[in-house]
Amino acid sequence: MTTPVLDLQSVAYAYPDGHQALFGVDLHVHRGERVAVLGPNGAGKTTLVLHLNGILLPGRGTVTVSGLPVVKDNLAEIRRRVGIVFQDPDDQLFMGSVRDDVAFGPRNLGLRGAELDRRVMTALDMVGMADFVDRPPHHLSFGQRRRVAVATVLVMEPEIIVLDEPSSNLDPASRRELADILTSLDVTLMMVTHDLPYALQLCPRAVVLSDGIVAAQGRTIDILTDDAMMKSHRLELPYGFDPHTC
Amino acid sequence: MGAPHGHRLHYHGHSPLHRAPAHLKVAGLVGFMLVVVATPVPWLPAFAAYAAVLAVLVVLSGVPVPYLARRMVVETPVLVFAALLPFVATGPQVEVLGVSLTEAGLVAGGGLVMKATLGVLASLLLAATTDPRDLLIGLERLRVPAQLVQIMGFMVRYLDVVTDELRRMKTARESRGFTARNPRHWPVIGRSAGALFIRSFERGERVHLAMISRGHNGSLRR
Repeated sequence: MTTPVLDLQSVAYAYPDGHQALFGVDLHVHRGERVAVLGPNGAGKTTLVLHLNGILLPGRGTVTVSGLPVVKDNLAEIRRRVGIVFQDPDDQLFMGSVRDDVAFGPRNLGLRGAELDRRVMTALDMVGMADFVDRPPHHLSFGQRRRVAVATVLVMEPEIIVLDEPSSNLDPASRRELADILTSLDVTLMMVTHDLPYALQLCPRAVVLSDGIVAAQGRTIDILTDDAMMKSHRLELPYGFDPHTC
Repeated sequence: MGAPHGHRLHYHGHSPLHRAPAHLKVAGLVGFMLVVVATPVPWLPAFAAYAAVLAVLVVLSGVPVPYLARRMVVETPVLVFAALLPFVATGPQVEVLGVSLTEAGLVAGGGLVMKATLGVLASLLLAATTDPRDLLIGLERLRVPAQLVQIMGFMVRYLDVVTDELRRMKTARESRGFTARNPRHWPVIGRSAGALFIRSFERGERVHLAMISRGHNGSLRR
């Protein structure tokens, strides 16, 4: 078996105020996989995401990215390898223009000049936003901003992209466009979402996080059709959606 | 592109004034202001000349006069203060329409109005003819410390986001039957302002998280 891109071994974490969010999470993601992380509100999904690039360091257990442990000394390389797209694009896009925003990450890696330009344009091309390179992000539509947010991590050429609620607040057309873009990318992908049809559409594998542990994992279709398990973890399919017919 | 374009102060155009490099305009504005402030109040012809220069620039810029005039209301507090000066200053008194005013106060108030009006008009003209982003680049060229320019950049970037939040909070208040009519309603406005502050603070933290997630290590590199 090859080294997993993402390898979490019994990761536990309690916030400084004593609230424990993770109680020993074991999770492996292999190269080229697309994995959905499902779970009710308060299951520890966001806490888990913040462990993947060392914003939070586990109280117990280990996180390893392609064999490199997530510890203080490795943070710069870890953050190149793990690209996180946060839920609100207004948090992620803070520069005056799309170009500067996409260039922010690689610039932190020391890239300059023509190579930087080339990487920026390649990333924007991948999300279909190359025409907007000189626009200020706050003049773009919400869907466009989310696509640029994806470009800001693609440009780092990460080994895994982690998306926090990628479909939230998108209209159906933008939601579908983003799905087209994400399936066209040749990267390892992990997405945290409440949008179960989206998880089924994009991710062959799903992990259910509940009360700070991995409660179930397997093929997304098997997870979504396991009614007893779904119910016990407050997961519900939207009205009228039947995974069997997809 | 349905999104609104440009900032409220910026008037889109292609005049020579719009095209001039931002750092020259900023330096010009600062120089102009220093000269205006340093001119003794009794030199009225000098002030007339400054006003004429500004008038020529306004015509050259193609920015409509009503556009600038509406934005001149920011000067109101200064005008109120200037109007009070003749009443509160001490010294020889003069009678104007039966009201006793101090001579020194009249001169100081008049000088203040002239200088403030020229300053506000010149600043508005700069804002109207310069895109906020160009302005930041201009400040950088003028060797304004990078941290300051960066903070101003964040302000430009998030101004719309925060005013949007403010507007949504106002709509939500009004949807529940609240409109601020008298001072008894001010505590509610105060609490909204507090909530907005906390939201903005939290957004700041999330932006910072997003920055360090992309390898930001504290120094802002260009």
